[in-house]
Amino acid sequence: MSATEITLEKNITKSRESLDAWVREVVQWHFDPDTGCPFWLDYAARLDWDPRKEIQTYMDLDRFGFFEDEWLRGRDVRRWVPKGYAGRPIYTFETGGSTGVPKSRISIEDFRIDYEAFSDTLPDEFFPRDADWLSLGPTGPRRLRLAVEHLAQYRGGICFMVDLDPRWVIKLIKMGQAKMAEQYKQHVIEQGLTQLRAHDNIKCLFTTPKLLEALCEKVSLKKLGITGVFCGGTEMTPQFHRFAVEELLEGAYFAATYGNTLMGLAVHKPRAAADNYAIIYYPPHPRAMIEVVDPENTEQVVDYGETGRVRLTTLTKEFFMPRFLERDEAEREPPCELYPWDGVRNVRPFSKLNTTVVEGVY
Amino acid sequence: MLHIPILRQGEPYKSLDLARVPHHRTRELFVEISQANVGLIRRDLRNQETGRAALAGFSIAELVEICARAAHHFINDTLPLGDDLQAPEDYVRQVSATTGLPHVLGRRNMQKIQSMLAEMGNVLNGLTRNLAWDVLDRGFGEVNGHSLSFFPRTRSLGVVLPNNSPGVHSLWIPAVPLKIPLVLKPGSAEPWTPYRIIQALIRAGAPRAAFSFYPADHAGGAEILRSCGRGMIFGDTTTASLWENDPRLEIHGPGYSKLVIGEDCIDDWEKYLDVMVASIVENGGRSCVNASSVWVPAHGREIAAALARRLAQIAPRASEDPEAQLAPFTDANVASRISQLIDQGLGESGATEVTAEYRVGERLTIWEGCSYLLPTIVLCDGPEHSLANKEFLFPFASVVNCKQEQIPEALGPSLVVTAITSNPKLLQKLAAAPNVDRLNIGPLATNHLSWDQPHEGNLFEHLYGRRAFQQALAG
Repeated sequence: MSATEITLEKNITKSRESLDAWVREVVQWHFDPDTGCPFWLDYAARLDWDPRKEIQTYMDLDRFGFFEDEWLRGRDVRRWVPKGYAGRPIYTFETGGSTGVPKSRISIEDFRIDYEAFSDTLPDEFFPRDADWLSLGPTGPRRLRLAVEHLAQYRGGICFMVDLDPRWVIKLIKMGQAKMAEQYKQHVIEQGLTQLRAHDNIKCLFTTPKLLEALCEKVSLKKLGITGVFCGGTEMTPQFHRFAVEELLEGAYFAATYGNTLMGLAVHKPRAAADNYAIIYYPPHPRAMIEVVDPENTEQVVDYGETGRVRLTTLTKEFFMPRFLERDEAEREPPCELYPWDGVRNVRPFSKLNTTVVEGVY
Repeated sequence: MLHIPILRQGEPYKSLDLARVPHHRTRELFVEISQANVGLIRRDLRNQETGRAALAGFSIAELVEICARAAHHFINDTLPLGDDLQAPEDYVRQVSATTGLPHVLGRRNMQKIQSMLAEMGNVLNGLTRNLAWDVLDRGFGEVNGHSLSFFPRTRSLGVVLPNNSPGVHSLWIPAVPLKIPLVLKPGSAEPWTPYRIIQALIRAGAPRAAFSFYPADHAGGAEILRSCGRGMIFGDTTTASLWENDPRLEIHGPGYSKLVIGEDCIDDWEKYLDVMVASIVENGGRSCVNASSVWVPAHGREIAAALARRLAQIAPRASEDPEAQLAPFTDANVASRISQLIDQGLGESGATEVTAEYRVGERLTIWEGCSYLLPTIVLCDGPEHSLANKEFLFPFASVVNCKQEQIPEALGPSLVVTAITSNPKLLQKLAAAPNVDRLNIGPLATNHLSWDQPHEGNLFEHLYGRRAFQQALAG
């Protein structure tokens, strides 16, 4: 074993230990009658075992079974607010609201903490401190809208925004109104262009893959002075990654991310030739973990390199979500030097789900 | 592993997104096809001038000569296929591997494309009604003392192609001598034919920049149709209906081609049995020009029985067998669903499957691991039956009993109608019917095509407009 491999092994062991310690702390918090939220306290009351005693490691979280996203739809959102945060201003962020009642996740500081951690992964050379940002992505009741603004502010910048309602886009596509959806996309792009042309200090951009393509059809990012692009919100393929790097970005840094309201933000491993543009994400350990499980036996994690369904676990003091089966699939990626815990490669919609996932222009 | 690249204005590009297509029988991976992402297509199509300018440097006569040379290359030469080479017999084997088309039918389709390329002059004359080519080269000119001027309506022709039969590719080739660059999205299982045609044309001297080839998903196809000024789309009723209100597009949906026998000829129906069989069976029943129904004012039962006897002799054979007439379904579920649809129709009163009496075994058959639908003849009591006007991807036809005077109205949309009659009233009605695209009079198989006749829309009229034009006299 080489010295590098030995170091990696040590770091993997350390990260497992710190994860287990964090699991104990978070479970203590959520199941303590003084600090936990009504949902988990009620849940614990129906168990014949005490999570605070019996959950000692990350693996022990299997005892909760699978988190059901239906629990997050409607009813009293306050049942998710930990008593330990009583009196604090509460945000609610939504996901999955194209039809019916959206899922809601409460938040206090999590989005700030996550994006400050993400900020540490951005190179200052391409995302200069004090530079301004343009956020060209979903707004409304979404975490991204506030999170990107906080990211800009945390790095000393100001974030310019445009409105974008992805539910309307999805509705247009479902109604067969592709032309109208395209017009809406152009409407968003035109507003973004106006901001970019009006504010010379905008050097950083958050946007989605499709909006990045649409923007680059109109202008050269380089000419507009954009040096860093933080991209996420929808599926990204290796081919898109390559296309963006080779043909759209003109040297700007491409920070791909995978995330959602429920988990947080997974960062992209820096591009390496050996990865051939594969998009490899690592979760924000220990605050969230991503695993790849056998779709037929979702308690079983697949081997490295194998394909399976994505399973998320969120472990913050604001939100506890053990073993949530996401509507995505991916390959399991081994730990690396920078991130000594499991990652995922090439996340895409889970092919075994029968429902078609409509992704819009955003 | 065989790989088919994207062509971006003629330049090969290997995508990281590869569609892996298996051999229809062994299910082993046969070819990897680079898939174009929508953004790449969209970005490329911002520049449609390069291809147009490259073709504009040639006269139509020169491009017709290039087509004639390409005909030779297409049928005889070993041509590039990604990083590999493809001999003519490789092509036949490859088409068969991913679509199931028997080799003998693949060769026949190859001949059809070759003859189309070789006959391009006649094809253009048929499309333009013998317009002098130099009028198109210059954009204006004089014909029979009249000034004429034509302009291209588009900078490129986008085509979303099907998998069913290589012969359909002859429809878009005339765009090349008409100087309109091509943007093609091949069918997911049949990239072979358009790729080989492009390579043959390039070898013959056509400019690379005139050919863009984007294997892609449905979204990629839609992007091509949206971004090109003129387009063509091949597909089923659902696909066709998505685009039916877009005047920029020529839509090639199901053909619903038919044979009609008039009262004056019906007593001699046995004389036309060969024409009926050929119309239904040739090319494995996979073409839009294959007949899907035979409309008769009398003798329906005897005709259906005679057709059934002939068709019941057709059985699955190996792809390499020169007697093979049927193609297996590459997706067994599709064959099963089609068979269920037919059974569902037969559940309604007024229709019987006549082939069932003559055939050995079931309509849906597994042979050497592949699913086949055996030729099927259904007798319908009247035109209102749901099976009277159905088209499937195998030799299927309904024999429909119908009073002669009702036939022209009852036919519905029909790509080809072969009318076996001399009755002037019936012929007049059929000639005036807006729902009949191509009319054959006399015992001609529905799939019998003539190169000087436009097929399913006139590509020249689709690509060119005529403008009012005047020129002051010199001096």
